[in-house]
Amino acid sequence: MYSQGLIGAKTETEEDEAFLARFQARIDAEEKIEPNDPMPEGYRRTLVRQIGQHAHSEIVGMLPEGNWITRAPSLKRKAALLAKVQDEGGHGLYLYCAAETLGVSREEMTEELLSGKAKYSSIFNYPTLTWADIGAIGWLVDGAAIMNQIPLCRCSYGPYARAMIRVCKEESFHQRQGYEIMMTLAGGTPEQKELAQDALNRWWWPSLMMFGPHDSASQHGDQSMKWKIKRFTNDELRQKFVDATVPQGEYLGLTFPDPDLKWNEDKQGYDFGAIDWDEFWRVVKGGGSMNRERIAVRRKAWEDGAWVREAALAHADKRRARREASKMAAE
Amino acid sequence: MATNEIPLWEVFIRPRNGLAHKHCGSVHATDEEMAIQAARDVYTRRGEGTSIWVVPSAAITASDPEHKDENFEPALSKVYRHPTFYKIPDDVGHM
Repeated sequence: MYSQGLIGAKTETEEDEAFLARFQARIDAEEKIEPNDPMPEGYRRTLVRQIGQHAHSEIVGMLPEGNWITRAPSLKRKAALLAKVQDEGGHGLYLYCAAETLGVSREEMTEELLSGKAKYSSIFNYPTLTWADIGAIGWLVDGAAIMNQIPLCRCSYGPYARAMIRVCKEESFHQRQGYEIMMTLAGGTPEQKELAQDALNRWWWPSLMMFGPHDSASQHGDQSMKWKIKRFTNDELRQKFVDATVPQGEYLGLTFPDPDLKWNEDKQGYDFGAIDWDEFWRVVKGGGSMNRERIAVRRKAWEDGAWVREAALAHADKRRARREASKMAAE
Repeated sequence: MATNEIPLWEVFIRPRNGLAHKHCGSVHATDEEMAIQAARDVYTRRGEGTSIWVVPSAAITASDPEHKDENFEPALSKVYRHPTFYKIPDDVGHM
């Protein structure tokens, strides 16, 4: 999904040829780039943008699922959902921390999210209407995220790659708990199975859009591949996801909302129908049904927490002043 | 909105006794106590550690990557510092 983060990114740089060639040689030799290493401005900017938007996606991603914590159908499901949402918050923090090593501050990134300047994954602008959506999100949305994130563990930028290793270890639980919810519903009463089918119908196409625009329409893919920020193109990852997911859906006894979806023996993969790119761009640009609410909720949380941040800073100042005063008195 | 930024702390975790603390990331916190709590919540949700260090990021002095060659290259050219530099006949046995 995080390749969506590159939409509109400026990847051009102004360094001289020799510098760029030296940098590219390090990348080609699979050397990791670390925070204070010399790097082209375009590389730094691309990473700040991609990691920042990835972090924002994790933070905003807590909202659609948080919506169901108080209404989870059992204590087991509630505990799992709480843990999952807490993980998403944690993932956001690992990622902000990786972005901060590139010289951007947490405050700047927060400001960009709240002002709408920074984007986050379009998937979180769809509403979670029923409990089955929590199953579908774990199975499909986290499944798509894993597909995207596993190659990012080998990203050329060290802090991002290390953050992604932690994230991937934790995502597996997310996907499995989601699939288990889907299995329970699909094997339940006809009404429960209907809920599961309805959730799959609504989340399937948005999940495919998480991989970003078609390779032919993706402006910055080439440079990101060359810098080994990305290892696979959007379409390659999307195909892998479809191939992995369709048999899982069939196991559930559910159908996919795509009449063109069928196995292609020659390519040893599934063919699937055309994605509605108009919808994709509409949601990315703020026209999804939940865009406004998601940002409003984040802004309210930030503003309502202002007094806590101020009080904590004042408390730390007071303690520091007291320590210094008692040190002076002792001298 | 607070005008001054909340300080950054680097986090080091010891996975278990017998191993060294290892850098794992950073957190923002106004004091050391809250930094430890935040580090616990962010970095040890699945038993990753039994001990946490937090250090103000501003307190860390790092070597300059630009000086990597003069700092570390001399170690590479001194092959005689490694045991494999010395030829010992097989007959002598393991040494």
